[in-house]
Amino acid sequence: MAETVVAPAYRVIPIIPELKPGSMGQVRSFVANEKIQTALGFPGQVVDDWHEKALAKMAELLGKYRSLKVYMDACVHCGACSDKCHYFIGTQDPKNMPVARQDLLRSVYRRYFTLAGKYFPWLVGARDLTRDVLDEWYTYFNQCSECRRCSVFCPYGIDTAEVTMAAREILDSVGYGQKYTNEIIGKVHSIGNNLGLPAPALIDTLQGLEEDVKEDTGVDVRFPIDVKGAEVLLITPSADFFAEPHIDSLIGYAKVFHAAGISWTLSSMSSEAGNFGMFIGNYDQLRKIAMRIREAALELGVKRIVVGECGHAWRVAYSFWNTLTGIGNGADDPFALQLQRQLDQRYRQPTHICELTWDLIERNALRFNKEANDPYVVTFHDSCNVARGSRMGDFAGGQFEIPRNIIRAVANHFVEMADHTTREKTFCCGGGGGLLTDDLIDLRVKGALPRMEALQEVVDLHGVNFMATICAICKAQFSKVLPYYKFDRRLVGGVHQLVSNAIILGETH
Amino acid sequence: MTTAGVVFALLFYLAALVFAGGLTARIVVYARTPVPLKIPTTPAPTTARGVVFRMAREVLLFESLFKANLWTWAFGILFHFGLVLVIVRHLRYFTDPVWFWVAAAQPFGIYGGMAMVLGLAGLWARRILVQRIRYISTPSDHLMLVLLLGIGLSGLAMQYGAHPDVIAVKRFFLGWLRFSLQPMPESALLYLHLSLIAVLMIIFPFSKLLHAPGVFFSPSRNQVDNPREKRHLSSWAAVMDTERPHG
Repeated sequence: MAETVVAPAYRVIPIIPELKPGSMGQVRSFVANEKIQTALGFPGQVVDDWHEKALAKMAELLGKYRSLKVYMDACVHCGACSDKCHYFIGTQDPKNMPVARQDLLRSVYRRYFTLAGKYFPWLVGARDLTRDVLDEWYTYFNQCSECRRCSVFCPYGIDTAEVTMAAREILDSVGYGQKYTNEIIGKVHSIGNNLGLPAPALIDTLQGLEEDVKEDTGVDVRFPIDVKGAEVLLITPSADFFAEPHIDSLIGYAKVFHAAGISWTLSSMSSEAGNFGMFIGNYDQLRKIAMRIREAALELGVKRIVVGECGHAWRVAYSFWNTLTGIGNGADDPFALQLQRQLDQRYRQPTHICELTWDLIERNALRFNKEANDPYVVTFHDSCNVARGSRMGDFAGGQFEIPRNIIRAVANHFVEMADHTTREKTFCCGGGGGLLTDDLIDLRVKGALPRMEALQEVVDLHGVNFMATICAICKAQFSKVLPYYKFDRRLVGGVHQLVSNAIILGETH
Repeated sequence: MTTAGVVFALLFYLAALVFAGGLTARIVVYARTPVPLKIPTTPAPTTARGVVFRMAREVLLFESLFKANLWTWAFGILFHFGLVLVIVRHLRYFTDPVWFWVAAAQPFGIYGGMAMVLGLAGLWARRILVQRIRYISTPSDHLMLVLLLGIGLSGLAMQYGAHPDVIAVKRFFLGWLRFSLQPMPESALLYLHLSLIAVLMIIFPFSKLLHAPGVFFSPSRNQVDNPREKRHLSSWAAVMDTERPHG
């Protein structure tokens, strides 16, 4: 399959592409098998009464989520979002326009839950829920990376991610789950991380890293795990433990902790920052996965929780952890207070690794040899879930400034990509939201088009040879798709990879 | 007492009832539906005051639409602000004596009428001419514009062509407010104008016109960005904390 996938041509001028109806109708992510489904408590295969079950689930979600309820009603089909999705730009399939993707669900909502749709379906674009519609949901709601770019431009703030999550929740409830995401959620529950890396392998890897860094720098930088009483519990995406280029950022975190003299630990029980429960919109899964981190924090008695470079994980940590597990501040209920009394509330809980590093840099607690990064001309790719679903620091937009501040502090050459592709308007890498799977490689390559165009521009203009990012999915996705656009796969890396290159270890005075 | 007077009086009582009742019912549903998670589209204001400003920019300036598409924004602004001026101008039919600011705004109301029609025409042209927007349009999207254009054009036609007896119209609506039936002057354009307005009021709570109350309830816009500082809990999610953890 991968051999036949070719990258779309760059747009000569970045105009809005012509529609190619149905062009992605055959691109369907693999369906989860019975074993994967039942492990999460979902039906093993599409149930006989899927029609009733799906509508009942929709009714339930409409009653539980104001976002869904309002977003189903409020759209006026103005088209503001219609040219904003990277998957639409890359595939030209009109059903990848955010409004059209929402309408796949909205048309059924109108038919069964609104007066106009019940009596005049043809007038308002209402549709019966048929098996074809259900299949169409599966196809196109697994072509959305929940990156929220459309929600920036919608005059009512309609967030297609919320709609996609609801649709996937409905599909799971009738036994029509996606293999990639649901299999990974199963691994978190059974093993503790998305990659299915068991504790002994993890401990082994960390020991190997200590040796590598010692060999590299001559300094004993530790990678501690399951250390009770450590100050910091680091929760990081499991790709950081062995994938390239992720691992170089993990080394960067360890060096920062070492240089600042902060005691820290990983947890073998909770060795995953990613939370794919969000991708399928399932609150129980979202909460259950997040709860592992609360348990690890209580067990290890840590004072701070720090999160590594991972986009959606940071959204979940920053925006949802306090709600789900009490990791945060400002609670008045015993459940959350049990943990909040343990955590040191002089620090932000949770803290992003970039916040921690930048705070140390501001306090002159770290020293750098910036020349170490001189071979690189660096640009920064804002990861969608960090940019539009979270914050860093104490002011709105800190999630944009802090990683850039760090890069400028550790490297001499930094340039920005085009304005309409960065910060809140950043494009998804093309692999987020549970789509980072080989069975969707066609979609992933095409979805990367707008970012690749912006990257090509700064490569041509400024000789950029390093695109820094703070997301495990971005790193994996770009490593895979960069060659399709004739770039070196090693062009992508982490912000803490740059920190790692430049940081001066040992005595600071 | 004319038949038209009775018919329009009843029609507008019905329309007002459906409009107010339907809208209130919808707003109650929105307000009662829980918001389990913090989902503001960031960067978002970190204070409630900031959210008030964000909502104000969204509702008064169409900030997000401005970022998205200048044509749609311009036509949208022309239509909506034109409509506001038109409504202000029409308050003279419901107030006696006419409030001073309504009197002062009278000439602008006419420009408002023109702006409204221009904006609607532009929006409709986009709906027909732009391939993407044509693709997402349903018959009701077109009919909604036809309805609003009909209201605007019939209004302007009365201003510049067949003037109905506006004194009598005012007498009718002042009476209507007090449940006293008054005659309605004879004018085909006026009947058309009023009928279309009644239709608009009746379909409002059952259509995409719900974007008007909806925008105020959109969590991606109206939430404060402070999830770390304050624990956000909805009713149904809070229950889970007290249950024993399972599995």
